[in-house]
Amino acid sequence: MNIPQELYYSREHEWVRVEGEQAFIGITDFAQEHLGDIVFVELPELEAEFAAMDEIGVIESVKAVSPMNTPVAGVIIQVNEELESAPELLNEDCYAHFICVLRMSDAADLDDLMKAEAYAAFCEEEEAK
Amino acid sequence: MALKRTPLFESHIKAQGRMVDFGGWELPVQYQGILKEHEMVRTKAGLFDVSHMGEVIIKGEGAQDFIQRLVCNEVKKMADKQVLYSPMCYPTGGVVDDLLIYRYHPQHYLLVVNASNTDKDFAWIMEQAPVGLDIQNVSSQIAQLAVQGPLAQQILQELTDFDLEGIKFFWFEPSVMIGGVDCIMSRTGYTGEDGFELYVPNAQAPALWEKILTAGGERIAPIGLGARDSLRFEAKLPLYGQEMDQDITPLEAGLGFFVKLEGEDFIGRDALIKQKQAGLKRSQAEFRMVERGIPRAHYEVCKDGRPIGFVSSGLMAPTLGSSIGLALIDHQYNAPGETIDIMIRDKPVKAEIGKGIFYKKKTRQGQ
Repeated sequence: MNIPQELYYSREHEWVRVEGEQAFIGITDFAQEHLGDIVFVELPELEAEFAAMDEIGVIESVKAVSPMNTPVAGVIIQVNEELESAPELLNEDCYAHFICVLRMSDAADLDDLMKAEAYAAFCEEEEAK
Repeated sequence: MALKRTPLFESHIKAQGRMVDFGGWELPVQYQGILKEHEMVRTKAGLFDVSHMGEVIIKGEGAQDFIQRLVCNEVKKMADKQVLYSPMCYPTGGVVDDLLIYRYHPQHYLLVVNASNTDKDFAWIMEQAPVGLDIQNVSSQIAQLAVQGPLAQQILQELTDFDLEGIKFFWFEPSVMIGGVDCIMSRTGYTGEDGFELYVPNAQAPALWEKILTAGGERIAPIGLGARDSLRFEAKLPLYGQEMDQDITPLEAGLGFFVKLEGEDFIGRDALIKQKQAGLKRSQAEFRMVERGIPRAHYEVCKDGRPIGFVSSGLMAPTLGSSIGLALIDHQYNAPGETIDIMIRDKPVKAEIGKGIFYKKKTRQGQ
């Protein structure tokens, strides 16, 4: 399983890449692998404001509908519209394709997230369940 | 409660199937991925473990009369070695199950029923049965494999001297040696493609599975339950519990073709005749999404803000590349071209009722 070192991870299997006050949000390899073939992505609205852990969108695989949460609070400043016509990109390379970008309102949210090593251990636990 | 396993459990693990709880059975939802497997069956061939399906043998004088009374289709018109699809109804016209009936001769039949309904069906059949018939639930002794797809026959033919061309659509052979395994073999399936279903004693299943995969090589792959559902749905084949159940009659579910109201008497016939004479209040609609969204089972259907029914099955149809569904709706709105709203996460999303928008079956129907 691919778990890049430089990212933050949530227990709901989202990743966060921080650039200044911007947070790029996506789903992890664990998430895309377990969802299976992704056929639909519902993106958040631009300029919508969310608290950490709010549901911001939906990812649908052939079999299932899964909510997508934001691990950090903030305002949506960009969405990846490419995913609307090509949701399968999340299966092909989940780290190269972010879902949206938030302007973080509280960088302290990052303290609640896991770094790569902790997340790898967390995934192992989840697999063992 | 421990999950039940088919005799092919080890084969699924070996093929890296992702095992899930499917109605109490531990079965693979997918191996390589649902879309890849779906495409494999549409273009080459796929191998399915459907051993969870139930099998009931009915033998004895009066078997034919009894089964004719149990189901809606014309059992008495069957010939030996023919297979018949039929709904089986309650006196209310609601559906107990839909099943396949294999006729050996008029005193010997094999019924193949849905896995999750096996116990219920067997109890229902026993309740209706006259004394003197020999009725056995042999589900736990029989494994079932399905080989489906345009290359299904080519692959299986390499494993037998029997001329498979001789088995026509919805006919069977009680004893065909496939790779040295004695099978009951029918040209039937649940994918909309040509193909066969094979019934063998449990102990023979792993060897048969292995032989078919080896013979097929690159032309075949194991297929999980995920693609089984997407394939059946895309070809508009009904699923018990979604398109029909104890509260949805076969007429409402669009299965009128398999209900012979003019023929022999059967359980539920009076109720169905009444329903037909009164006119259907609700019926099955085929629809295609106009706006973005995927319809799913149980989503509400609205017209001008008012609920008119629900989605029974829906999907992003992999071969068609479009988002389509089946819905049970107020009959007055069920006309091609009519616009309806599918309620997706509390939002109305536009869809249009159509006809013939599903995958055109490539079975050998009409032969």
